[in-house]
Amino acid sequence: MLKTFPVGGIHPPENKLTADKTIKYLPVPASVAIPVSQHIGTPAEVIVGKGDIIRTGQVIATSKGFVSSNVHSSVSGKVSKIDNIIDSTGYRHMAVFIDVDGDEWVETINRTPEVIKEIKLGPEDIIKRCLDSGIVGLGGATFPSHAKLSIPPGKKCDILIINGVECEPYLTSDHRLMLEHVEEVLTGITVLMKALGVDRAMIGIENNKPDAVEHLTGIAEDFRGITVHSLKVKYPQGAEKQLIKALVNREVPSGHLPIDVGLVVHNVGTAFAVYEAVQKNKPLFERVVTVTGKSLRNPGNFMVRTGTPVRDLIEAAGGMPEDTGKIVSGGPMMGKALNSTDVPVVKGTSGIILFPESESERPVAGPCIRCGKCITVCPMNLEPYLLMTLAGKGLFEKAENEQITDCMECGSCSFTCPAKRPLLDYIRLGKSTVIRMARERNIK
Amino acid sequence: MSKLFNISPSPHTQSTETTKKLMYGVVVALIPAFITSILYFGVSALIVTVTSVVSCLVFEYLIQRFVLRKPLSITDGSAIVTGILLAFNLPSDIPVHIIVIGSLVAIGIAKMTFGGLGNNPFNPALVGRVFMLISFPVQMTTWPLPEGFKTSYADAVTGATPLGIIKEGLKNGDSLSSLMEKIPNVFHMFMGKMGGSMGEVAAFALLLGFAYLLYRKIITWHIPVSILGTVAVFTTILWLIDPQKNANPLFHVLAGGVLLGAIFMATDYVTSPMYPKAMIIYGIGIGFITVVIRVYGAYPEGVSFAILIMNAFVPLMNAYMKPKRFGEEVANG
Repeated sequence: MLKTFPVGGIHPPENKLTADKTIKYLPVPASVAIPVSQHIGTPAEVIVGKGDIIRTGQVIATSKGFVSSNVHSSVSGKVSKIDNIIDSTGYRHMAVFIDVDGDEWVETINRTPEVIKEIKLGPEDIIKRCLDSGIVGLGGATFPSHAKLSIPPGKKCDILIINGVECEPYLTSDHRLMLEHVEEVLTGITVLMKALGVDRAMIGIENNKPDAVEHLTGIAEDFRGITVHSLKVKYPQGAEKQLIKALVNREVPSGHLPIDVGLVVHNVGTAFAVYEAVQKNKPLFERVVTVTGKSLRNPGNFMVRTGTPVRDLIEAAGGMPEDTGKIVSGGPMMGKALNSTDVPVVKGTSGIILFPESESERPVAGPCIRCGKCITVCPMNLEPYLLMTLAGKGLFEKAENEQITDCMECGSCSFTCPAKRPLLDYIRLGKSTVIRMARERNIK
Repeated sequence: MSKLFNISPSPHTQSTETTKKLMYGVVVALIPAFITSILYFGVSALIVTVTSVVSCLVFEYLIQRFVLRKPLSITDGSAIVTGILLAFNLPSDIPVHIIVIGSLVAIGIAKMTFGGLGNNPFNPALVGRVFMLISFPVQMTTWPLPEGFKTSYADAVTGATPLGIIKEGLKNGDSLSSLMEKIPNVFHMFMGKMGGSMGEVAAFALLLGFAYLLYRKIITWHIPVSILGTVAVFTTILWLIDPQKNANPLFHVLAGGVLLGAIFMATDYVTSPMYPKAMIIYGIGIGFITVVIRVYGAYPEGVSFAILIMNAFVPLMNAYMKPKRFGEEVANG
């Protein structure tokens, strides 16, 4: 029997419309806006000024603090301004605007197509290269990778877990990467193993991608210590704690990190970026983005430079359909709705989904009928109906006791609720309030 | 100005299941029992059901429109389910005005006073039924026998239910074996050829409905199986101790309203626990109390009371029987 995580989970319609679309390179846009905050943690500090001539791959903002990341230019050209832009979070963030002129890359980048499998760098140099190259987790959370690779003293990692689950409906960017760049991905995993000092890596892939499982299994035989594992399809299997439970049956305790049970988890997209950074000296300034939607003419997977406006992606996929009612950056379960097509692609943009008007408005919520389905589907075994009530009534201490902060916002409860109650909206409200309360308590 | 897009927090997709679909799913699951009741009791079964459903809907409408002044929700299907279940718990020849009074109690008192759907602590149909049983004991315990399809309403041949025969007979000092000869055999009981309320008699029709509810994932197995299992185990023990005084477990499972109660009444979302573990304890409680009332109590049948008593414990179970959180074991161990 195929492995999966034991508690909760849902089966949303997969809608993987672009699973067989090969990755196409999107032409370099006429201008880009590169946000300096494309990662979790402190925003990077801008080191270029208006009028500067920039080359592709050049650092334009440097990391500040441990949990931060460098930001590189994805194009060559001239800095037109440094200003705020509304990014995919919906907030205004500082960005470097560049008018593109040609595509001249920094010379240190190895642009040859050959796959370099021999790893010359040692563990510390690999971590430093990840920091220098601005590598962050590409699964969506964009946590700086060098921070994950630096194991805190007193802790030990024995297995590297590679997340190839891609459990969000619609998205296929990781799937395509595993099919088209399998040697790079596997070499990237080997690099990560070397950095962590482990001799085992397990790749988890859901069995709705049998071609990727087969392809990867065949080639992984040439790589020492890497095994591929097919998993039963269930959302949210791509969540770190659920993937760990499914693959090695370890439970990450509440409020802890995977390293506390001896594991480090990286995404296949990150492994590819690590390969390019370490073996080709290419910083992270482009990624695979799935552009999809039921009404879209040519949905596909595109290799996109960061800072490219979403508008360009939609054009490349056949233009905005008439009936578009909602644009989502990321997957339909956890992605963010965009208010305009000017929003730039960032390191964490895994997909752009265009929903027709008929699917873009929320249904009217009815009273809770206490069916308990939200509890059954919660992968953390929380009680969403109760957390919603507590947050709605402002009973935040009680919500904290009910472990509201364990919620990872996967949305399974809101998806399932037959009364269409906005469970996750209230849980988010409660969660952010509880986290703020806890922080204030710690200051006192 | 460029086009405006919808903005909302995730998730951006939702399942197609709705409260309405779930409620109408229950209605569909009740169809086999409804058809059998018409075949067995005739047009009167239709009249009772229609009266009950219509009066439940009318009362809900009137209360929402004129008393609560809230948006109407009578189309959500919950009042229809209450109406059908109330009718299924009644003898098929009961005077129409009593049904109307029972519906008023069920919807008006048991449901709407608590705030409508989702807020009532007790099963509305059962509150209505028990109110009628206490207020109109004669009409509520005169059971027409399933004589086949008839078009007349109130001149049915009446008789006691198998449970009533056993209870009364044992009180009069008759031996159980002689009483067992007076009641229909197991096959007839399974087919519903016995006295009883119009929806409870046909075990096979109720089981068909159960299968549909499970298939549609409207309910889980936990509550019905634990109720039926408890009734079976408990009556087996009593039967083994004294087979001269206590009827066999198969009789107890097929007779009376255990199947109707276990499949359709105890599983009401609003008034049952929300976690599997609590559901099983709730089911065991109902099974246990049912048998205690049947064997030791004054009434021949105890399912309604058992469910209402366990309804009262549901808030407590929801508050204290929490699911084990993910990562808890490791954190504490």
